[in-house]
Amino acid sequence: MSIICISRHAVIASAASATLSVMPLLAYAEDGYDAPDDWPSPMAEHLQWSAAFDRLEYASPDKGNNALVWDFQAWYGSDVNRLYVKSEGENIQGDGEDAEFESLELLYSRLVADFWEFQAGMGYQGGVFSDDHEERVYGVLGFQGTAPYRIETDAALQFNEGGIVTASIELEHDVRLTQRWYLQPRSEIVVAANESEALGIGRGVNSLRIGLRARYEITRRFAPYVGMYWERQYGATADMQRVEDEEVENTGVVVGVKLMF
Amino acid sequence: MKGTTSTFSTSRRQLLKTSSALGLGAMALGMTPAWASPLGRAAAASRTVESGPEIALAIRREDRLVAGQRTRPITINGSSPGPMVRLKEGQEAVIRVTNLMDEPTSIHWHGIILPPEMDGVPGISFAGIAPGDTFTYRFPVTQSGTYWYHSHSGLQEQEGHAGPLIIDAATPDAFQYDREHVLLLTDWTFEDPKNVFRNLKTMEGYYNFQERTVADFFADVRRNGLQDTVEARSMWAEMRMSSRDISDVTGSTYTYLLNGNAPDENWTGLFRRGETVRLRVINGSAMSYFDLRIPGLKMTVVAADGQPVQPVPVDEFRIGVAEAYDVLVTPEDDKAYTIFAEAMDRSGYARATLAPRMGMQANIPARRDIADRGMEAMGAHGGMNHSKMAGMDSSKMAGMDHSKMAGMDHSKMAGMDHSRMAGMDHSKMAGIQGEALAAGMLAAGAVQPGARYDQAGIGLDQQQRRVLVYQDLKALAPWPDQRPPQREMELHLTGNMERYMWSFDGKKFSEVNGPIHFNKDERLRLILINDTMMEHPIHLHGMWMELENGHGEMIPRKHTLNVKPGERVSALITADAEGSWAFHCHLLYHMDAGMFRVVKVS
Repeated sequence: MSIICISRHAVIASAASATLSVMPLLAYAEDGYDAPDDWPSPMAEHLQWSAAFDRLEYASPDKGNNALVWDFQAWYGSDVNRLYVKSEGENIQGDGEDAEFESLELLYSRLVADFWEFQAGMGYQGGVFSDDHEERVYGVLGFQGTAPYRIETDAALQFNEGGIVTASIELEHDVRLTQRWYLQPRSEIVVAANESEALGIGRGVNSLRIGLRARYEITRRFAPYVGMYWERQYGATADMQRVEDEEVENTGVVVGVKLMF
Repeated sequence: MKGTTSTFSTSRRQLLKTSSALGLGAMALGMTPAWASPLGRAAAASRTVESGPEIALAIRREDRLVAGQRTRPITINGSSPGPMVRLKEGQEAVIRVTNLMDEPTSIHWHGIILPPEMDGVPGISFAGIAPGDTFTYRFPVTQSGTYWYHSHSGLQEQEGHAGPLIIDAATPDAFQYDREHVLLLTDWTFEDPKNVFRNLKTMEGYYNFQERTVADFFADVRRNGLQDTVEARSMWAEMRMSSRDISDVTGSTYTYLLNGNAPDENWTGLFRRGETVRLRVINGSAMSYFDLRIPGLKMTVVAADGQPVQPVPVDEFRIGVAEAYDVLVTPEDDKAYTIFAEAMDRSGYARATLAPRMGMQANIPARRDIADRGMEAMGAHGGMNHSKMAGMDSSKMAGMDHSKMAGMDHSKMAGMDHSRMAGMDHSKMAGIQGEALAAGMLAAGAVQPGARYDQAGIGLDQQQRRVLVYQDLKALAPWPDQRPPQREMELHLTGNMERYMWSFDGKKFSEVNGPIHFNKDERLRLILINDTMMEHPIHLHGMWMELENGHGEMIPRKHTLNVKPGERVSALITADAEGSWAFHCHLLYHMDAGMFRVVKVS
């Protein structure tokens, strides 16, 4: 400390020359002004993180078994560059099978416009703890952000083995009823460029899911909700579902909670 | 409990008339005032005033009660906010600051003109004060007035590391008063400030519980009709922004404190009927603008940012973060008066009482409703899109005579990276600019097109009350440097609200590769253009900014300039302080997010 405690006379004589004479080892700092190397940056950028279950819900469909469903997202990084982990999946109750990751993705994300991030990475589909479910690994390219009118958007292409390309678009919007009550319509559409019987993917629109949830924010971090949804499979995808004797159209109610950590 | 918070007050029974009649006026005015706290009396008061020239301050983290709740703020000599540091113009201040925390700290003397290595900004002025170390600040006190001090390390300021800094004038003040009280406004949160910052990064509206709802929509339809309402709302929705985005951090987490006391604790300052009381109001909060009024009392503004101004009688004034105003009040009645400092977004308030005796109180006014931001903020939205901005800017500048600008394209200038200009030969630059600008530049002190100095700001009704505006501020006497500006420098205040990124000219501090350069001893016009829809209190260390509010040679000088959304504000600067200085937005989390630059004068 003492090296920078200079006397009044030195200050009066010339602050600059005094500074130079009493401060050894002046380095040309990265920021372009004179500061010794061991000084901290006046304003360091800190990496941040976020983790949230956008949906963690118990779904009770009209037809079929109840299921525990999750939609999780976390990121770590700077304002511009971030690493994302995203996962959606379900555990169908009473089917004797393990929970399934419909998607578990690790993405690099870069802010490319004020409201948009470009994301790329790898995804995995399959059992959480076992090989109860068919596994696949795929590449992901997408954009996540907020469209005009505050429509939260997550649009991505999935590149599967054998050149099978699918696209998914998730849209969400919060209607603020009061400062605590929110109504959230959401939709999810899956489209495929080509067909794969193995993956249960037909060409064209595969499925459409529409939901409406009413959420009460007890705090920003803890917001229980109730809601309902309607979903339907289309075209060849629906045909494949029929062959498997599964429903192509269903509705259901959900009870869940939005959690932010 | 009261002993843990600071009470800044002084009774300055000057008996002016009598003493001057006896020929003792100068002596009375020049005496060190006798201190008296209206609450704590001797014990508490002695702990809350530290008088110069030699002062020792110890920084600790200690258990204290804030708003009646046990918490762990940063204390300075045992109190949080810290004690009043009282200096006298002409003194050589020697302030030893000892860090008894387990993290580095610092003290910046806000608004004080001093040598650069005494300015207290880690990384620019010095290395900071390491745990266990003592740093001795030594500087000649060359000014007087109402200032404050605070940590410039991380987010410590939010944790109570701040206090008032009062400098008594060597010569009598231009105004007379019988008593003075310091009113230090702060915003306290029981959350870890790092979490506050993370919450803002995760969700910009995290603390806003006054957003528009469906009910507001229908209320607007009734008032303004369906078409207008839909049009207005869809504009905001299309921009993905909230017209209720007034403050980033609100009363949902903040307890607004006045001299360390929560509204319920009702800090009280005493007066005697008919006395003129000087209130030294300092906004030492991290993020909160306040609108202050004392129902039943007219206030006369006599100083802004510590510097004397011609008296302005007002009913209310807005005080931006880090600003200071001195006002005189003369309560004539034997009753209590509420000092009501409402947060700009109306999410809470700080409150105190002026009373003839302890234990009295007056009505607390109702809070006003939050205002919606209007067109001027929307105009500023261009700032979110930098390509649009350039276009907007030049249209605004139409008010200036472009033809006279000797072929200089100002819109391109704005796009230029000033930091890169460091590599150019500056002496030549100055010459070129000087010539070009001399032809087209506005006269010194003239108002820039795009300034709104006649407006008090969002949520203030100038019809209802006389509210202070920047246009009201006039210096008592011309400042020493009356040269016209030799050079103009434009700086845009920019941000991405969605990501909570804040910057100058679209670049965060971490993204710039050089300081802003001021030529030693030049007379510079700094033009600040707010491209965001938030207010920003812009603070320059080491040098005054003379606000060009149209009063020619009587323009006022300030250390912190509030720039409203979409506004274009200019200040004249005499770059006489050789060295490196901090220049930043004084909203703590904006600064931490990168709205910060180094200014190098050489």
